[in-house]
Amino acid sequence: MEKLKASNISVCFDGVSIIEDISIHLNEGEIVSLLGVSGSGKTTLFNVLSGLNVPNSGRVLLDGEDVTGKSGKMSYMLQKDLLLPHYTVLDNVALPLIVKGEKKKTAREKAAEHFRFFGLEGTEKKYPHQLSGGMRQRAAFLRTYLASEGVALLDEPFSALDTITKTAVHQWYLDIMKEIKLSSLIVTHDIDEAILLSDRIYILSGKPGRISDEISIDLPKPRNNSLLMTDEFLTLKRKIVEKISFAG
Amino acid sequence: MTKKYQSITSKIAPAVSLLVLAGVWLFVSEGEIVPSYMLPSPVDVVRAFVADFSVLMSHTAVTLQEAFYGLLIGTALAFVIAVLMDRFDFLYKAVYPILVITQTIPTIAIAPLLVLWMGFSMAPKITLVVLTTFFPITISLLDGFRSADPDSINLVRSMGGGNFKIFRHIKLPGAVEQFFSGLKVSASYSVVGAVISEWLGGFEGLGVYMTRVKKAYAFDKMFAVIILVSLISLALMGLVALLKNIAMPYKRKK
Repeated sequence: MEKLKASNISVCFDGVSIIEDISIHLNEGEIVSLLGVSGSGKTTLFNVLSGLNVPNSGRVLLDGEDVTGKSGKMSYMLQKDLLLPHYTVLDNVALPLIVKGEKKKTAREKAAEHFRFFGLEGTEKKYPHQLSGGMRQRAAFLRTYLASEGVALLDEPFSALDTITKTAVHQWYLDIMKEIKLSSLIVTHDIDEAILLSDRIYILSGKPGRISDEISIDLPKPRNNSLLMTDEFLTLKRKIVEKISFAG
Repeated sequence: MTKKYQSITSKIAPAVSLLVLAGVWLFVSEGEIVPSYMLPSPVDVVRAFVADFSVLMSHTAVTLQEAFYGLLIGTALAFVIAVLMDRFDFLYKAVYPILVITQTIPTIAIAPLLVLWMGFSMAPKITLVVLTTFFPITISLLDGFRSADPDSINLVRSMGGGNFKIFRHIKLPGAVEQFFSGLKVSASYSVVGAVISEWLGGFEGLGVYMTRVKKAYAFDKMFAVIILVSLISLALMGLVALLKNIAMPYKRKK
């Protein structure tokens, strides 16, 4: 079933075309990556999908409903964790529930239930600045999950982390995603990350940004980091690198 | 070891400089380098302070009351103005220049006017304190509101939050630190504002005491009350720092 569908999205700023006629879709429970070099309009597309920007043309459908230019429908996560420094980790994670009108107490209880599973136990009463980068991204992801109604948009969620932390967070993410149902669209420029995490990859090339290719990743699941060394993985990676350099 | 040493030095340095200053004062006055009727010795000042202690305290109570009410009203006013100016951009553009102009008018010049309008009661004094204290708080609050991270605002918006939720979760808590730096300035202004307004009319308060001892050429008492006023300002600033620490648990070290 198609959860999210964007059709013929075009955006231009001051007469300069940023993205052109982009159509993508995200099926229920699917993890799809949007892979592109910087300047290919990834973030612009992301802002259109999340409803923060209105496209010059095209429509965004969520569960068949037109949500073009409507924010508050999809949860998103950025490279910056955006944890509020003045709230504890628990209150940060519970924030979407509180904003949606739940009582503080019930919101906290609901949020606290997930801490163990998301590997965040013991951080409830800490403040964000007391956590490591990896833990902060975990908390931000849990908040995104609680904010979502089935779809999450992740804009380079792990790209600010150092390589070692990133590897650990990837494994953590794969483990989490086995258990929860969250259709996710990940914007990234990291080819390894895209292959490792996704069911499908769109290749975005610019400028203006267009979808130049779509690749299914049929590697068996559950996956883990050892996949990065296998022949299948490297074959796929070579194929993608060729497509990107050809498109770019 | 070095760190401990540094922290001790940083605590000792201001104490030493104060002691040196007091020493110079003592030397100049006791050594009759400056005649004692012009510059009383610190010993005389302390003696005057002890002798007049109960009188000083009753005047202090009045001045503090004026400063407190003025600061309270000033803070409330600043809050309302800052929220409205942040919310409505046309108000920001319209009111900001007026706010700046009010601050260019010297306090000492409007104090007599206020006395003429409101009489010798507490009202003109509190009004003057309000006028001197609301500005730093308004500006610091506005700065705090306006420096909110647009990405954080979008995040709350993406959760379906409107302007109130954005204010409640992002702007207001984000402005707490700036608010306290404004309040710190205003707290010291409030005492000085109250004292100045008392100079110009009234029956009680440290300002009234000051004018009385001035007329009597009691330099020792003058110095005693000046030092008392600055001690009160310091104490208030310390109180604000304490409040800030309570209001911002996330800034405290573990």
